[in-house]
Amino acid sequence: MPIVAILPLAFTSSVFLTYPIEEYSLRWFRELATADAWRLSIMNSLIIGLGATLLSTILGTLAALGMRTRTLPFTNLLRTVFLLPMVVPAVVLGVGMQMLFVRLGLASTYPGVMIAHAVLCVPFVIVSVSASLQGIDPSVERAASSLGATPVTVFRRVTFPLALPGIISGAVFAFATSLDEVVITLFVAGPNQRTLARQMFSSIRENISPTVVAAALLLIIGTLCLAGLAALLRWRQERIALRAAP
Amino acid sequence: MSRAPARERLRALLLIVPLLAFLAVFFLWPLWTMMMAAVVDDTVSRVLPRTAASIVSWNGQDLPPPQVQQALVEDLRQAGDQQALGETVRRLNSAVSGFRTLMTRTTTAVRDEGNAATIDLANLDRRWQEPRFWLALKDAVPPYTDRNLLAAVDMKREADGTVVSEEPGVSANRLIMIRTFLVAGIVTLACAAIGLPYAMLAAAVTGWKRTVLLLAVLVPLWTSLLVRTTAWFVLLQNEGLINGALQAAGLIDSPLPLIFNRIGVVIAMTHVLLPFMVLPIYSVLLSVPRNLMQAAASMGAGPLRAFWRVLLPLSLPGLLSGSLLVFMVAIGYYITPALVGGANDQMISSVIAFYAMGTANWGLAGALGMILLVVTVILYFIYGRLSKSPQVLGA
Repeated sequence: MPIVAILPLAFTSSVFLTYPIEEYSLRWFRELATADAWRLSIMNSLIIGLGATLLSTILGTLAALGMRTRTLPFTNLLRTVFLLPMVVPAVVLGVGMQMLFVRLGLASTYPGVMIAHAVLCVPFVIVSVSASLQGIDPSVERAASSLGATPVTVFRRVTFPLALPGIISGAVFAFATSLDEVVITLFVAGPNQRTLARQMFSSIRENISPTVVAAALLLIIGTLCLAGLAALLRWRQERIALRAAP
Repeated sequence: MSRAPARERLRALLLIVPLLAFLAVFFLWPLWTMMMAAVVDDTVSRVLPRTAASIVSWNGQDLPPPQVQQALVEDLRQAGDQQALGETVRRLNSAVSGFRTLMTRTTTAVRDEGNAATIDLANLDRRWQEPRFWLALKDAVPPYTDRNLLAAVDMKREADGTVVSEEPGVSANRLIMIRTFLVAGIVTLACAAIGLPYAMLAAAVTGWKRTVLLLAVLVPLWTSLLVRTTAWFVLLQNEGLINGALQAAGLIDSPLPLIFNRIGVVIAMTHVLLPFMVLPIYSVLLSVPRNLMQAAASMGAGPLRAFWRVLLPLSLPGLLSGSLLVFMVAIGYYITPALVGGANDQMISSVIAFYAMGTANWGLAGALGMILLVVTVILYFIYGRLSKSPQVLGA
């Protein structure tokens, strides 16, 4: 509700964030697109988000596949550890990363920020992919191998396509997480890696203008599109699961 | 056993190892680095290794034996890293004031003299005859220190080794810690007060009503935390919507102070964390048979009594894990208090960020971070135990 209440302010022509809105304009969106600081931060968010998503989706999907069969001892403990980045206070992790990244030469670099974001994205990928793997009926895979398919073929032709919606929705969550991340970015990024969220955070602190609300609207539209995509994929997967197990 | 399970196990291991390695390097190592910054203090022992080795044998009563003094002279002559030396001097000076001038003088004298044997420290500067300077040196030598951890809870170690509280006014870490738990507690209570009835309502209704109620919880969870905080920032301002509406309605004459104070922080954090309370309670209530309340009613219990004796006890596990979750996330919050709160509402996270980014006091930032981390992880494991599957979000 509070979000809905402020969004119209993005279209005000005034410099003040107050109602009633006298005149509507796209002035603040033009500002977003033209002001160097904002334009750069949007580009950075996309670059870093894509890098973090790629990294966390690959690592998280592999691990979720590995944990699936529960052949290893301590699977539950591993799971708990893999989900830890979600609960460790961001400032604590940020301070540690800053100290370590300076030593490793990763501070204020794009790979450094991508890696830092990927750590936070991994839990979402694990949860999403694990859920979709649980929905796969093992008898389908057994049927495939009984028909003579090698393990690799079973994975490529059966398991992977069935798990794909979960993998993609994990990636979507990862991207959304990276888009929204402020605190870690504050610690590990330099001025050149300023992301949209980071830029919003500092402009709220220093001098709030309708540009921030316009940026917020942009973020909301972005995440709602992504969430819609994820929901669509899950719905599709449920349909597939229904069809696979009559 | 056949070879197949072994091969399967190996395959599972190979799939997990990349993430395990990644998290070990980029998640556990940073946390370890931060904790080490709190307890390791090897600047002095690294710059003055010979002194460090020989001063251990000194009883700390009268002046140290000549070999300790010679070791110090030798160390100062060999010290190449000026920056590390400067850090050592600063560290010693913070223990005993006057150490800086003493060290500068001594170092210059040692550098000027060619031969170590000719330097008599007591002759060079009378202060070397005072045991307190040597004591400070001895205290600074051990590579592990509890100084930062004690400072994090406003305590310090006296010269004789006893631990005492810092005088009031010197540091406010304990106050900030109490404040953090207090704010997190208030937010948890507020979330419970709103979340419990909401979750019961959502579980009681069916069809599109339930969908709408659930979406109202889930959509904020999907939208960015920053956007939600921004929204509250705009709403709570003196010229903001809430004050504007209240003034237009004639309820108040002057704007209520809603932002940059505790009220604003609690309102914004409660809104942000509410889904974490509603979802666990809701999922617990879903497994409650629908006819239980009817059964209670048929046994003669009034609606209130049925609620009190049946529904409330049944929703307690959800309430408990929801509260744990909200409290755990709340104590680590940074963004919302930083933006909506005033100077007296900053929580531990803000103080850590201040020490790390503002004053580069890594030791204290690490010590406070360690306390926050330990509390959070303990709560997380309790939560994991309670709710069987340690998932934070229903993603």
